[in-house]
Amino acid sequence: MSSLSAPGTIATPVVVPNAKAALWLVGTAFLALLVYYFIGVDQGAVSVFGNDMHIHEFVHDSRHFLGFPCH
Amino acid sequence: MEKRIILRGLLAGAVAGLLSFVFARIFAEPQINQAIDYESGRDAAQELLDKAAGLPVEAAGPDLFSRTVQANVGIGTGMILFGAAMGALFAVAYLLCLGRVGRLRARSLSLLVAGGGFAGFYLVPFLKYPANPPAIGHPDTIKERGSLYLVMVLCSIVFLVAAVWLGQRLQARFGNWNATLLAAGAYAVAIGIVMALLPSLGQLADNVHTFGNHPTETPLPLENSQGAIVYPGFPADVLFSFRLYSVAAQLIMWSTIGLVFAPMAQRLLQPTAKSPVPAGSPDPVAA
Ligand SMILES: [Zn+2]
Repeated sequence: MSSLSAPGTIATPVVVPNAKAALWLVGTAFLALLVYYFIGVDQGAVSVFGNDMHIHEFVHDSRHFLGFPCH
Repeated sequence: MEKRIILRGLLAGAVAGLLSFVFARIFAEPQINQAIDYESGRDAAQELLDKAAGLPVEAAGPDLFSRTVQANVGIGTGMILFGAAMGALFAVAYLLCLGRVGRLRARSLSLLVAGGGFAGFYLVPFLKYPANPPAIGHPDTIKERGSLYLVMVLCSIVFLVAAVWLGQRLQARFGNWNATLLAAGAYAVAIGIVMALLPSLGQLADNVHTFGNHPTETPLPLENSQGAIVYPGFPADVLFSFRLYSVAAQLIMWSTIGLVFAPMAQRLLQPTAKSPVPAGSPDPVAA
């Protein structure tokens, strides 16, 4: 990695110093994973809306193309 | 600060999703349509065979959305939302790395985290369970396939985080170069073991039971009761193109995230990189 950092430049600072920042991180990660789940997984192997297939069918092509297993 | 970073990650992700949607619309959709045509033709051929054999014919379910909707608005929504979600996760990973990865510049770190996202979220799982177009995949095995894929994603990400941690532990003793190589080697061995242990999709119990011993679920030629081929196997060129474009789309997505985020992070985090560090400020590397 030494080739990627220039000598003499300051390194990046730590910016997750407190609980409030941690909350933002956890919340963001949770929402992002929720989107990941609805695009890639829901109404396939498991489903939160029972047998309804609207989300699955709507994002269907992207589910295949993004590498998720589908029908 | 964390809010501003997350917002920039989201923005970079949405731009990345938009670009990969444009790519998908141009390159993937023709392949997807060919796969769907193959599937319809095969279903029709199967129906004729079933009728001839006196078996009940299954009626196809109604289409909830037309192909036009799926191939434009649908895939667009999926790609852009997926990009934004990946951008958000990228920002979270970036924030966690800040100040903990030595003397990396904000811009370089952006590219490295994006590379990690590409490998961890997509490329490594793809090596074991590659993307498949419509017509490939048996409905009876979707539960197993879904779980196996997520196990691969989870392992590749957890091992990646562990490898970064290991590399940093080894750095003091072996130096940057060798520690990086050792950590990468450990990652390859660990994920290789997982790949060897997980079953290939053709080997799932349902598939062996119904179709016999095959490595994948890619449809083989359809034969009638005399053993004559009445419908060909899945076209190899369509499968190859679909997978190649799938990798390319993710490459576009993650490079865009890294490249769009990099200058924004640089401006935000190191606006005075050329001015001397004020005396008495704590050493960020030691934190
Ligand atoms: Zn499908």
